Amino acid sequence: MKFFFSSGHGACPGCSLPIAVKNVLYALEGKCFVVNPTGCLEIISSQYDRSAWGVPYIHSLFENAAAVAAGIEAALKALKREDEGHVVVFAGDGATADIGVGCLSGMFDRNHDVLYICLDNEAYQNTGNQQSGLTPPGSNTTTTPAGKLLPGKVGKKKDMVAFALAHGVPYVATASVAYPTDIRRKVKRAVEFEGSKYIQIHCPCVTGWGINSNETIKVAKLAVETALYPIVEYENGELVRVRKIKERKPVEEYLKIQRRFRHLFKHPKGKEIIEELQRIADENAKRFGLDA
Amino acid sequence: MVRKVVRGFYAVAYAVKLCKPAVICAYPITPQTEIVENLAAMYANGELGNCRYITAESEFGAASILVGASATGARTFTATCSQGLILMSEVLWNAAGMRLPIVMVIANRALSAPLSIWNDHQDSMAMRDAGVIQVYVENNQEAHDMIPQAYKIAENRSVMLPFMVCMDGYKLTHAYEPVDLLEQETVDNFLPPYDPPIKLTTKDPLTFGCYAPPHCYMEFRVVMQRAMMRAKKVMEDVFKEWAELTGRNWGGLIATDYMDDAEIAVVAMGSVVGLIREVVEEMRKEGKKVGLVKIRSFRPFPTEDLRKVMKDVEKIVVFERAVSFGHEGPVAIDLKSALFGHCNAKVYSFAVGLGGRDIPKDLIRRCINNVIEGKVDEGFHFEGVKEFEEVII
Repeated sequence: MKFFFSSGHGACPGCSLPIAVKNVLYALEGKCFVVNPTGCLEIISSQYDRSAWGVPYIHSLFENAAAVAAGIEAALKALKREDEGHVVVFAGDGATADIGVGCLSGMFDRNHDVLYICLDNEAYQNTGNQQSGLTPPGSNTTTTPAGKLLPGKVGKKKDMVAFALAHGVPYVATASVAYPTDIRRKVKRAVEFEGSKYIQIHCPCVTGWGINSNETIKVAKLAVETALYPIVEYENGELVRVRKIKERKPVEEYLKIQRRFRHLFKHPKGKEIIEELQRIADENAKRFGLDA
Repeated sequence: MVRKVVRGFYAVAYAVKLCKPAVICAYPITPQTEIVENLAAMYANGELGNCRYITAESEFGAASILVGASATGARTFTATCSQGLILMSEVLWNAAGMRLPIVMVIANRALSAPLSIWNDHQDSMAMRDAGVIQVYVENNQEAHDMIPQAYKIAENRSVMLPFMVCMDGYKLTHAYEPVDLLEQETVDNFLPPYDPPIKLTTKDPLTFGCYAPPHCYMEFRVVMQRAMMRAKKVMEDVFKEWAELTGRNWGGLIATDYMDDAEIAVVAMGSVVGLIREVVEEMRKEGKKVGLVKIRSFRPFPTEDLRKVMKDVEKIVVFERAVSFGHEGPVAIDLKSALFGHCNAKVYSFAVGLGGRDIPKDLIRRCINNVIEGKVDEGFHFEGVKEFEEVII
């Protein structure tokens, strides 16, 4: 594989982000412009004089990657350089669903020809696991800690797939680092569409989630196999494909091997949260027809 | 060249068109809106060539879009003011650090609270330290002329910084004035196409917007300061070239009247300079040795020019259009720091016309006369304020 994202970067052992990034860049054969907001990926890859990037790369701010990407796309069109490559955003869940959601809405609304990839590790992991809009309920983060009263995050994981679909984004999908060939296929399919594309990739975080560094893929698989992270694909607003689950596993199997959920098994409100998560998984399975 | 009576917003929009930007992006805000409305109309009529005109979801988005476009090698334009400029501020600091020569017009307007759509300079003053060049214009011809010059200065390889052309909201943007509109050929001969040696391209992949640990951050700040200081000479050269090309000489970083033998110098920026010039001319006829210093470039600050013209001055009167709360007027602050150790003149500064309060000629005359007659203390004053009782709750 040609190095579009070089080794020697600063990711933690077992980090899932380089898996996602390398597969996306490989699918695009490095013919792309990368926009990356502030976050884990940016910090591990873009120190002055030590860039890991073998493709044109820009980091501007935390909350404006979608707008910067829109500007690159507009400039390439104005300068008649569109054939140079696709414009791709790699953004964390916080940069996507929280602080950058205004710029993302603008980009979707104007339907810029940009592939927006959300690397969803379900909290602000670069700064040590603070909750984001994509943190699932019950997760023990530093800003939603499990305490005597509260059982970790209270609230829902924001539905960014619905957000993208509501904007009429022509191609919307979820994926997981557990299935790299699926990532590559989806990226290739996505760029066949003119306009905005949104792919949300589930990316376990070794330190934030509290998992063993050799269990990244195992945990990612369990998220899919419990139906907590449904793998779906929409084209022009129609659900065209889902990843079927042969024998759906109870959510406890996914929760019990992660430090961020461990308190649920002894907290007075833990049972309630586990039941809620199981209900979410059941609803996902029913809604998307996940059970094989 | 065609002389037409046009409004300020049209004068700048027309000049922007002649500069052939590749990407224009803005968000509407009073009283800037008509500038981009005029550009939108030109775009809709196919008058902007292959330019892309993007309607952003906010000023923050607009500035961010231009960061992407400028880094890709496009000439860019936006316009904003007031709350919109403050919303852009995070992006503008970033654009300056990445050395992106984005050109923008600021239709100067007051800041909230209380909400005000009327003119003062509080908005652009808040961007003083961002690494963005700031030039203030006096009338719509100067605004029209400044646009091509702004691109030429900002895009100079030894500068490469964003550029704010500050024109007073309503007072200039909406004023009808006769303007000699430039011809395309004139601008084409003056302003070469934008082709930066460093840009985002798959042909030569580079990393923009890296992060810098303590061992290399400071050097980036050093070169920004150097670029700002180099800009002074570049600006003077470009201003001179412009004067030769068009016959309109607006001066250098500053422009002066009656300063050769002046004992009292009056300092101001923006459209109020025209009114002050009238007062100064009248006072000269009365035998008072008053001179006028118009600051055109606020960043970079014309330190050396001010030291030269203020050398033998006894008193300096500054008309401020903003306040640095807890200190005094921002122009006087910088003026004093520039003159410290070089000039013994006493400095009197007067904040006038905040939030669009009318600035009558009598008020200007009274302030200057009070200084001449020793009726006012050195330091900072508000002028044109009603009698009122402050209630502390």
